[in-house]
Order: sequence, then C-alpha cells, then structure tokens
Amino acid sequence: MIKELHQKLINKEITATQLTQDYFDVILKKDGEIGAYLTLTKELALEQAQLVDEKIARGQEIGMLEGIPGAIKDMLCVEGYRTTAGSKILDNYLAPYDATVIKKLKEGGAIILGKTNQDEFAMGSSTENSAYQLTRNPIDLSRVPGGSSGGSAAAVAGGEAVWSLGTDTGGSIRQPASFCGVVGLKPTYGRVSRYGAIAMASSLDQIGPFTKTVEDAAIVLSAIAGEDPLDATSAKSSDKKFEDYLTGEIAGKVIGVPKEYVEKLEGEILEVFEKSVEKFKALGAKIETISLPHTQYALPVYYILMTSEVSSNLAKFDGVKFGMRADDLLDSGVSDNELPKNLLETYLDTRKIGFGDEVKRRIMLGTYALSAGYYDAYYLKAQKVRALIRRDFEKAYEKVDLIYCPTCPEVAFKFGEKTTDPLKMYLSDIFTISVNLAGVPAISFPIGFLEIEGKKLPIGGQLIGKWFDEEGILNAADAFERNRE
Amino acid sequence: MLSRAEIENIATLARIGLAEKDVEKYQHDLSGILDYFKKLDEVDVTGIEPIGHITGMTNTFRSDKQVDFGDLGKQAMLRNIPEEREGYIKVKSVL
Repeated sequence: MIKELHQKLINKEITATQLTQDYFDVILKKDGEIGAYLTLTKELALEQAQLVDEKIARGQEIGMLEGIPGAIKDMLCVEGYRTTAGSKILDNYLAPYDATVIKKLKEGGAIILGKTNQDEFAMGSSTENSAYQLTRNPIDLSRVPGGSSGGSAAAVAGGEAVWSLGTDTGGSIRQPASFCGVVGLKPTYGRVSRYGAIAMASSLDQIGPFTKTVEDAAIVLSAIAGEDPLDATSAKSSDKKFEDYLTGEIAGKVIGVPKEYVEKLEGEILEVFEKSVEKFKALGAKIETISLPHTQYALPVYYILMTSEVSSNLAKFDGVKFGMRADDLLDSGVSDNELPKNLLETYLDTRKIGFGDEVKRRIMLGTYALSAGYYDAYYLKAQKVRALIRRDFEKAYEKVDLIYCPTCPEVAFKFGEKTTDPLKMYLSDIFTISVNLAGVPAISFPIGFLEIEGKKLPIGGQLIGKWFDEEGILNAADAFERNRE
Repeated sequence: MLSRAEIENIATLARIGLAEKDVEKYQHDLSGILDYFKKLDEVDVTGIEPIGHITGMTNTFRSDKQVDFGDLGKQAMLRNIPEEREGYIKVKSVL
C-alpha cells in the first residue's frame, strides 16, 4: 500500500497535502464511532505535507515513507503535543522533545496524523483501561480492538491511517493486530530505540509498526530501526532496508511449531491454524514439531518482572515535576480540607487519584515482589526462569529457522467480558509474552476468520524469529500473504 | 491471603493513597495473583544465572558530557511543572 501511494505522489496523481487531508476526512467521518485517536496533530501533519509537496515540485527525490500519513500511540513523545500514555496523571503533559522514532520519522518526511488511544501505561489487553475513551474494533464495533495498542491497530484497520506505531511489552502490538486483522511487528529487543517512549517495563518494551501489509511493516521498520546513543540498550545494527529482503521464497526453510501452544487450541481456531501450516508446507517450507518446555512458566515470570519494573518506572509520577498534582485538583471531587497538607500527602493523593485501578494493582504487586525479604523468592527467581525460557528458544533455533503459532488463543472479545477478573485478562497474552521474555522478534499477520454473528473476526498467525532476524519473519509472512486466497 | 497490615505497608512503600474500601479489594486481587506466582516453585534453577540483558549486551559507554537543552528546551520542561516560582519547582512543606 505504501509503495502504491509513493508512486502516486511522485507521479503527481495526488499531493501529500491532499492525501493527508483525505485521511483527516476519514477520521472526521469514522472516528466518532471507532475512537482510535486521543489527539489530532493536524498542524504538524499539514506542515510536514507541505514540505514534501515542495520537494516534489522542485523535482527532488523523496523517501518511501515521505508524505505517507500514520498514527502514533500516545505512549510516544511528539514534541509540543499532549502525550498522556492513556492516563489521567499525564492529562496535561506536553512532550518537551521527540522520541527517537518520531525524530527519525519526521526527518524521513512521514506525516503524523495524531496520537492514538491505549490502555493506561500500556497495561491491558483490550484498551478498556484507557482513562479517556473506549476504542471499538472496526471489524465489529461491539468488540474490543485488543490492547494495549488498540487505538493504533484500529486506526489502520479502520482506514484512518496508512501505518501506525505501537509498543509491545507482552503482546501489545501483536494481539491487537490479530484482533483487528492487520499486520503487527514486535522487533528484537534493542532493534528500535526506546528513547522517548514512556517506559512500562524497560527490559521488555519495544516499539513497532502496524500496517495493512507485511511489506509496509518492513518499510516502517526500516525507517525507525537503528542504534541510538540515547538508548543504552539499543543494539549496534547496520542500516537495513527490510523491504529488500522480501523475496516471496521460503522453500527449504524449517518452521517449528511448538506443541505446548497447539495443545491450547481448539475448534475453528485450530482448524484455521492447521490450514495455515499446510499453506507454509505448500510453499516449500519444512514443518517440524518442537518443544518449548518452559512455556507454562512464562506468564508468572512475566507478571513478576513486568510489575517489578512498572513499580520502579512509574515512581516518577509523583505530582512534582510534571503531570497532575492533587494539590490543585479542585475539580476532581477533592474538597478543600482534604487537599494534601505536606509533600508525602501530595505523593499519596496524586497517585491515588491519577492512576487507574489496573496501574495501581501492578505497582502494588511489583512493590511487593521487590520489597525486603521477597526479592529472592520473586524477582531473582523469575530472572532465572527467564534464562530457561531463553534457552528453550536457543535450543529450538538449533533445529529450525522460524517458529510458528497463533498470535492468540481467541478472537476479539466483547466489551466488559474480562474486566472483572485480572487473571483472565492476562491469559489473553499467553502466546505472545514468551517472545518478549526471550527478546526475539515476532510478527502477527491475518491467516483467516472465525464467523460469529455475521461478522468475520480475524485470526492472527505469529512467526517468531531468531534474535535480529526480522527479515526472516517478514519474508515468510510476506510469502504467506502473497499466496492468500 | 495478605493481611490488612501488609496491604497498608505495600501501599505506603508504593506511595499510593488507600481508601478504606480498597484494602479488601487489594487483599483479594493481590493474593490471587501471588498464588499464581507460586507455580515457579516447581522449577529447579540450581546453577542458572539470572538474565542481565536479554540479547547479551554488556557495558555501553558514552562520553560524560552535559547536554544543554537551551532556553526553549528549558521553557518546554518548565511548562509541565505543576507549580513554579522563579524557575524553581514549588512543593508543599516536607514536614
């Protein structure tokens, strides 16, 4: 889709300004229903589009993403614009600088249409934890778009952006991509700089794209990847054009299917998955059943490490240097005589009022896991089991080139279906979190549908690659996409 | 089940104000999830090194140089301060 639009821009069939305006028109028409966006960055978008048009008019060459409109999860800082992370505590926060990915996109001439809705601080699997609004799944408005990057997934699925960025800590890009029937990519840990992404769990977070096609995901990844001195965990990597690796050819590749994942599948999702495995076979890949024996421990490991990192990362939201402060919160139902009288009360009240339930629950859990006397039993133990989970993947990759499984054990669920039981909501991430724990890259792409109440609800397949082998998973997903009926 | 005192202690450590009705909810929610964590007890991790950095990166160095954000950068940051006086952040008294 991006290549076609790029061609139209250079052939002067459309201007970047017109293209941008067209997307704002779609947003105006559809977003009241979908609710993908929290903030529109119209001024910035039209300014960027103008620059691209001037360049084209001067006969200058433009980059592949130049003039192409996209959307940004509200977890990422865009200078001068409100950046809330879906939380009331950052309601009035104006980002004083650009995240590295935003800087790169701006330098590459990409158009930023706005900031998208998400679960508060990326904690959730349905975007229902946003402090601001619900986002509806464009395929079926009675269902959630997934989460936490639900707004970014819905924006692309609903035609309100060509591409978008999300963040993925335990599946927050891949699961909503699966639910909304689009492509979502979580790069290798360190592939993309996290500078300017509001941190949730620093050892797990990665930024990645949502797009309509695999090729588009490769194009956006090329634009945002690379080493960054401002993120000490970003990996040394050569500047690659990932889209150049899409040959459509996967004959001879060995794809491992983990039995621990398939065991959890049933009914029509299993059927669709098995059909997709046959497709890979028909394309010349060799399928092998593999074992990732520590899979059953991934969820508890994840929830110990993630909540611990959350409790530390979110300590900075204390009402002092930025964001909401309860001292002034006359309009939040706090009466004058209940306002904080000293600094400690400022902290307690600001965090009590500013954070939502799920965020507080996770901070409390992480604080407990890290507190004196429990550190060894929880955090240290979890870091050791994490090493075993990584070892599972290392062993698997001695025999196979890629790992393949569904993205989720389910399709998009209805609003309110899981909000009462946190553990039930956490189980939605069961196929995606091992990937973050191991730090490997993975892509979710549509492989079929489940028809419920006359709606075709998308099912996502997930290809998991070796560390820094994004081109391998992109190429295999692209081969699948080219041969979709 | 975590006790009332334990919940109050965690909340104080986390600097999260608690309403009376929250205590019971946290007792229930946190205990449920902590029970689930017990699953890790069955894993033998003798001799296993905990993960430091997942892709095995070691030290990353940069020059120890101060970066000046300039007046505009300072203004952009000051704009986010809830209460400011003469370029300083104003807070309630500590004691």
